[in-house]
Amino acid sequence: MIELKHLSKTYRTQEKEIVALEDINLTINDGEIFGIIGLSGAGKSTLVRCINLLEEPTDGQVIIDGKSVTELSRKELLKLRQSIGMIFQGFNLLAQRSVLNNVCYPLEIAGVGRKEAKARAMELLHMVGLADRANSYPSQLSGGQKQRVAIARALATSPKYLLCDEATSALDPNTTRSILELLREINNSLGVTIVVITHEMKVIDQICDRVAVIDHSRIAEEGKVSEVFTNPRSQIARDLIIPRERTVLDTTGGRRLRLTFEGDYSNAPVISEMVLECQAPVNILFADTKEFEGVIHGQMIIELPKDQHQADKIIVWLRNSQVKWREED
Amino acid sequence: MLSEMFYKLWDNGLIQLGIWETIYMTLISSAIAYVIGLPLGVILNVTDDGGIHPVKWLNRILGFIVNFFRSIPFIILMVAMLPVARLIVGTALGNKAVIVMLIIAAAPYVGRMVESSLKEVDAGVIEAAQSMGSNNFQIVFKVLLPEAKPSLITGAVISMVTILSYSAMAATIGGTGLGQIAIIYGHQRSNDDITWICVLLMVVIVQVIQEVGTRIAHKTDKRIRL
Repeated sequence: MIELKHLSKTYRTQEKEIVALEDINLTINDGEIFGIIGLSGAGKSTLVRCINLLEEPTDGQVIIDGKSVTELSRKELLKLRQSIGMIFQGFNLLAQRSVLNNVCYPLEIAGVGRKEAKARAMELLHMVGLADRANSYPSQLSGGQKQRVAIARALATSPKYLLCDEATSALDPNTTRSILELLREINNSLGVTIVVITHEMKVIDQICDRVAVIDHSRIAEEGKVSEVFTNPRSQIARDLIIPRERTVLDTTGGRRLRLTFEGDYSNAPVISEMVLECQAPVNILFADTKEFEGVIHGQMIIELPKDQHQADKIIVWLRNSQVKWREED
Repeated sequence: MLSEMFYKLWDNGLIQLGIWETIYMTLISSAIAYVIGLPLGVILNVTDDGGIHPVKWLNRILGFIVNFFRSIPFIILMVAMLPVARLIVGTALGNKAVIVMLIIAAAPYVGRMVESSLKEVDAGVIEAAQSMGSNNFQIVFKVLLPEAKPSLITGAVISMVTILSYSAMAATIGGTGLGQIAIIYGHQRSNDDITWICVLLMVVIVQVIQEVGTRIAHKTDKRIRL
């Protein structure tokens, strides 16, 4: 279990102080895939680096399996890092080492013998589907293959935790999906707890169990992915689910409502019924459905007609229906 | 076509000896300059603000010493450091003293070369190594130096060529080699052909060093083996 308690990080330059994290409280349970989402500069990369102390928090505690990380000696910290794998947006493979020797690196650091390390590295390369590229060099691989090697390397010392810092942000959508599937598999088969940092909602819905939304150095909201998706409480979460510019782009200036559908409702022809009964047209600005744990969840943003009378009719209809909705600002 | 002097020097094996002396002074000085300059460059890189173990005062002091020696023209450095040569090799004259001077001039230069090669190593790769629990010693020997190897070799070629050109001033303190032959027998006795032959020979040596070095650098670089 990873616990962050009142975690803060401030960078001091000569002219000013930059707050990167402010009073972060999070608990990441064993065996789950935990997502941390936020826009660029929100502090999410700093946050994940505080877990293995690549960044030293200014204040607060990082507790891993009951032990306060900030109080460890240098030697103990290095030992701890061997049990926390990490992968990066830029893959960060050693360019002058072969794929096999890249995967061997953390084993060398952990003091594993050469022969044993090689066997373990091959085993991992099999798992990520790159055993045939063991003697290639990183420059000969595609982005997706590089990230697979990085994953194999991060798992070499059988860590309990895997930190992923924007691990799919440099990859195309298909490769992203296959890397995320691989992470899901690793979580299922090896029971590795995974922390995923991303700015993309689709990464969160594809693999995460729980999510924390970070905005301006603070946690804006936190919860099960399905809950945050269907009932986002913070503006930043709404923006991440449906990017702001997309709703603004098509609008003609009418009032905008966000409807959320859950379970059976997502199959009912709600909008058709509404339009037929109210005899008023609506403009659909955005619609998306996603599946979490076998239940379908839908999000839709509609724009009401400019005619006040017609708009009111729709609002009344919605109030009497079972559809969850709220007005967007 | 060539002057009598040239044949005399050639028959006595003086030109051949000059070639050998130039090469061996360059090689020995380069080797020892790297023994000093390589750790110096590593320390400069590691203790820098963005390095893996910043130590501001040490970086400042070493940086100052390096800049100090690098700002003195070699010919001045050579005469100024004569007592140092006497202290180390027991003489302020001849090739032994020249080698000491070359090392004093080249080591700081090599240090900066090494420092800049190490700076090219991707910060992300260093961070990844840290995330795997590497200590700083392991980062230097398993990440920084191996990842910078092609650049270090290219830097070594540049350093050697610089040392070779410095060695041509050896005659000032009684050293020998092609530079001395060019000045004593060529310039001072007005045998232009000897001067030009020495120039030509030095050009050939530089070309060989450059060619061999570039090939080794290219061969060891795994980034361009597509």
